[in-house]
Amino acid sequence: MSALALRRWLVASTISCTLCGVQAAGVVTFCSDGAPEGFDVVQYETVITNDASGIPLYDTLLQMKPGTTTVEPGLAERWDISADGTVYTLHLRKGVKFHTTPWFKPTRDFNADDVLWSLNRINDKSHPAHGVAKNGYPYWAGMSMPELIKSVSKVDDQTVRITLTKPESPFVADLTMTSIASIYSAEYADQLLKAGKLEQINTQPIGTGPFVFKSYQKDAVIRYAANTAYWNTPPKVDLIFAITPDPSVRIQRLKAGECLVSLVGGDNARAFDGDARINLLRSKPLTTSYLAPNSKHRFLSDKRFREALSIAIDRKTFVQSVYGGEAVPAGSFLPPGIWSHDATLKTTQDIERAKQLVKASGYDGSELTFFATARTSDIKRGTELLQGDWARIGVKVRVQLMELGELYKRTGKGEHDLALLSWFSDNGDPDNFFTPNLSCAAAEGGGNKSQWCNKAFDDLLAAARATPDLKKRSEIYVKAQQLLFAETGLITLANKLDVRGVNKRVRGYVATPFGGSDFRAVQVD
Amino acid sequence: MFGFILKRLALVVPTFIGITLLAFSLIHLIPGDPVQVMAGERRLDPAFHAEVLHRLGLDRPLWEQYGSYLWKSMHLDLGESFVTHEAVWSEFLKLFPATVELSICALFIATVVGLLAGVLAAIKRGSVLDHGVMGLSLTGFSMPIFWWGLLLIMFCSVNMREWAPAWALPVSGRMALEFDIAPRTGFMLIDAWLSGEEGAFRSALSHLVLPAIVLGTVPLAVIARMTRSSMLEVLREDYVRTAKAKGLSPTRVVFVHALRNALVPVITVIGLLVGTLLGGAVLTETIFSWPGIGKWLIDAISRRDYPVVQGGILITATLVIVVNLLVDLMYAVVNPRIRHAK
Amino acid sequence: MSAVLSTEEVATAGAPPASSLGDFWRSFATNKGAVAGLFVFIFVILCALFANLLAPHDAIEQYRDALLTPPMWAEGGSSKFILGTDDIGRDVLSRLLFGARLSLLIGFVAVLLSMLPGMALGLTAAFFPRVGVAILRLMDVMLALPSLLLAIAVVAVLGPGLLNTMLAIAIVAVPSYVRLVRASAMSELTKDYVIASRLAGAGTLRLMFNTVLPNCMAPVIVTATLGFSDAILTAAALGFLGLGAQPPTPEWGTMLASARDYIERANWVVTLPGLAILITVLSINLMGDGLRDALDPRMKKLS
Repeated sequence: MSALALRRWLVASTISCTLCGVQAAGVVTFCSDGAPEGFDVVQYETVITNDASGIPLYDTLLQMKPGTTTVEPGLAERWDISADGTVYTLHLRKGVKFHTTPWFKPTRDFNADDVLWSLNRINDKSHPAHGVAKNGYPYWAGMSMPELIKSVSKVDDQTVRITLTKPESPFVADLTMTSIASIYSAEYADQLLKAGKLEQINTQPIGTGPFVFKSYQKDAVIRYAANTAYWNTPPKVDLIFAITPDPSVRIQRLKAGECLVSLVGGDNARAFDGDARINLLRSKPLTTSYLAPNSKHRFLSDKRFREALSIAIDRKTFVQSVYGGEAVPAGSFLPPGIWSHDATLKTTQDIERAKQLVKASGYDGSELTFFATARTSDIKRGTELLQGDWARIGVKVRVQLMELGELYKRTGKGEHDLALLSWFSDNGDPDNFFTPNLSCAAAEGGGNKSQWCNKAFDDLLAAARATPDLKKRSEIYVKAQQLLFAETGLITLANKLDVRGVNKRVRGYVATPFGGSDFRAVQVD
Repeated sequence: MFGFILKRLALVVPTFIGITLLAFSLIHLIPGDPVQVMAGERRLDPAFHAEVLHRLGLDRPLWEQYGSYLWKSMHLDLGESFVTHEAVWSEFLKLFPATVELSICALFIATVVGLLAGVLAAIKRGSVLDHGVMGLSLTGFSMPIFWWGLLLIMFCSVNMREWAPAWALPVSGRMALEFDIAPRTGFMLIDAWLSGEEGAFRSALSHLVLPAIVLGTVPLAVIARMTRSSMLEVLREDYVRTAKAKGLSPTRVVFVHALRNALVPVITVIGLLVGTLLGGAVLTETIFSWPGIGKWLIDAISRRDYPVVQGGILITATLVIVVNLLVDLMYAVVNPRIRHAK
Repeated sequence: MSAVLSTEEVATAGAPPASSLGDFWRSFATNKGAVAGLFVFIFVILCALFANLLAPHDAIEQYRDALLTPPMWAEGGSSKFILGTDDIGRDVLSRLLFGARLSLLIGFVAVLLSMLPGMALGLTAAFFPRVGVAILRLMDVMLALPSLLLAIAVVAVLGPGLLNTMLAIAIVAVPSYVRLVRASAMSELTKDYVIASRLAGAGTLRLMFNTVLPNCMAPVIVTATLGFSDAILTAAALGFLGLGAQPPTPEWGTMLASARDYIERANWVVTLPGLAILITVLSINLMGDGLRDALDPRMKKLS
């Protein structure tokens, strides 16, 4: 190429590049913070996989009203609960179509067979598709579904009956969870089974959801097309997930216009000061970050020592540094968005009293281990701040950072003295915060990271699960929160706000209370 | 010649077996139960635990496990990822072209610029240019390359977007998102060209620039220094002085006679650089979110995804051995003394 | 004629005459870059040694009301924090100074831990050829993996932390010493003075350590110097990936890891630790070049 031609080419490319990053109207790009583990969503339990594989592709039996925790009809139009609370009869919606793709064309509408397939496949070990999940179904097991569900049976093509072993009030909310009640196409599964390619359910998914799966470039891009045959209002845009685990890269892509929506995190919110093209959307996910002190270990078994650790913490600076101020110091373990949250419980910093309590508990100066995940720098900062806070009252702490999976495993086994964790609500029900994390059963099973087993607390939880009366349940949960707080079963830190950068051309984006994204109503100008 | 090839191949076999031992033992050296890792934050059913242990063959005697591992590896069955349940070999195949594309571009830049710089420095020995080239190359391999990458991102993407947006380079990924390119070969440049879409090729190229420069910096420095030494050595040789005395023009002397001979050790070094490239790819891919095998391995190690770690180590090491073998053979073809040595 | 400095060539280069320190220094001093490198390196050592006198603040003290202050010369900076503070309010200058201690320590320990076993194995391989073959194969296996990957794998097994980082780096560096010493020793073994010693009745161990080893030291010293700088870079890489020193240790690489999020708003947190690494490693490499030139006339010819 001659020098002149080269120069012309360079000029042309730079000019056209100013249009780079401008999305064609009708496509919304989301910079997600990780790659999904797979598209067979019931096999997995992370928010990232749920965002990519659950909400866009599948519908659940019941749904939450977008952005809230109010249960409303999903693939089941109505539901009846028997008087004793153990039999749920679901009346299914007519005229719902499964996705049509190059690899599957449905010949019938959604009906009870699909529900049976979806639920029995997880619950029944002898089901032909059960073994596709090499790691099992951790969510199902974690919510104790195998012990809870007695049977799932078909009454007729549009009616399904689920029988439980005991009354469980949170069950209605459970039916809105994508990792529990996502409905798959039994017909597609049969087609794959006959071809001997059942694993394809994980790489080429079929659902009834608002978006249809188009392609996945591993660790890079997921492409979805709007489902024009959706039973509810079809989306007006196609969807692209650009997988960008690095927070600073997400910010840069947002600014460059490569992504229209992305989670930026409170501590990075300042990066958009004065940028007129990006709006910051703040939402209140149902989450609490907390410390799990191992109450089976020395010193930590004394509730005075635990309290000392709690009141030594400078939550104000913690919130400022770790979340950029986009968080609220937490009092009760239950976050403010969940009903029965007790707002009267608060922790105020008191260094002097903390020092006294430390002395009273007989702490001898030995070093405690403090586990946390190494995923992002904001957590690292948090551990260093806490380390500093506790040094001030004479408590020595050694930080050990590790990957998330290893953190769960080791804290589950109780190897830690202290651990920095956070819990996201799965279904908006208060029980979901307490039972998996603080019950005596969970202490055995590894879910109760503080190994704190208190019989009175356990009894309260059981009573609340057994009654469907919301008012009564509310009263019980308030008592439970107060007991937990008084005993310092765990040390709460903050309820963070999710901060997302949304390009101002985007309308209708909804952040779910569970930390996820809902693109069903999105429009791009 | 044939004998030499056989002898070299024979040397490779024990090394390869050693590598399989290394990869295999990894999963057993790490403290704790690998199956427990899969439990996540909720409890792991003990019956299920035993079932998985059995399915992965972790309950059989060690030597039996190793034997089965060796056999399966020969058939490219490297197990499945604990996280995605996809076959390790097929995950590797999906991600490998990205790393290869990046490495080839990095090597290309390193070779072209390195050779040029080395030759110029050798010809103008002792001059400012010489010292400059040597100084810059020494700086090049004294920098932490992840820092160098961050600096480049800072200047060429972030700050450039404020100063001269048309010249700003993309921050991450292989291709602008508005292009949906069919992955025919896995090489984005080729696929973009084949797709015929307007601006796709340019986009792929602009995404390659920064990562390739970062990855190619250390090889560039090595090649520049190596070329310079080699050229200096050759330029002193008698036959070069003879050529000069005979009246051949200096350019002809340099390029026809000297360079050809000076290139030989440089080619050897290029072969050895494969290891450096694969190692450097880990850091470069992390910084630029480049979906290749370097990033894949790092993620797998932090997630304790052992089948991927084992498979990745095995494949990487085998690749390095194969490339070194080829380079050795090529060197022997070029230099008969080696063939008949010992 | 290979400029790759294959071990064979290096070894057959022959022992330098037992030169006096003066001769050596003269040779070294002709390389201006090497001398500059030496001075900078001494400066770094001094910074590390006197860190607690030079540093204006404690390296882990968090100034909660001064998060992310810019350096003194920038807008918003103050003379209290000359190079500014990081994301949880720690003084950057102090952390860099204490970080120098860590980097030098890592380099020193890693080199020692790799050089000593490496030399021992290399000598064994040279003196006992049958064992030598096995040792060489093992080294080949270790060399087949890119060194960073091997270090990462070792740390994955041992767990993250400063000590394990040093161990991992040391393990990865052993093979080059083994090969070097073995080749060097093997060529020495064919020399007259060794054969004479043997005939005179010298035992193997005496032969190994008193006679042969001192003549192999030249290339080992050069490799050790380069190994030192390599150790610092690898430790920084491991720290960057989160596998190295854990918080709140002020290791330079670990400082860079959390700095990634601040490329836009607080670039001093990114540039300064990297610059520290660059300056230190560059000075060592310059010295290494000078050492190589000074220690062996024939090697000098190649550059």
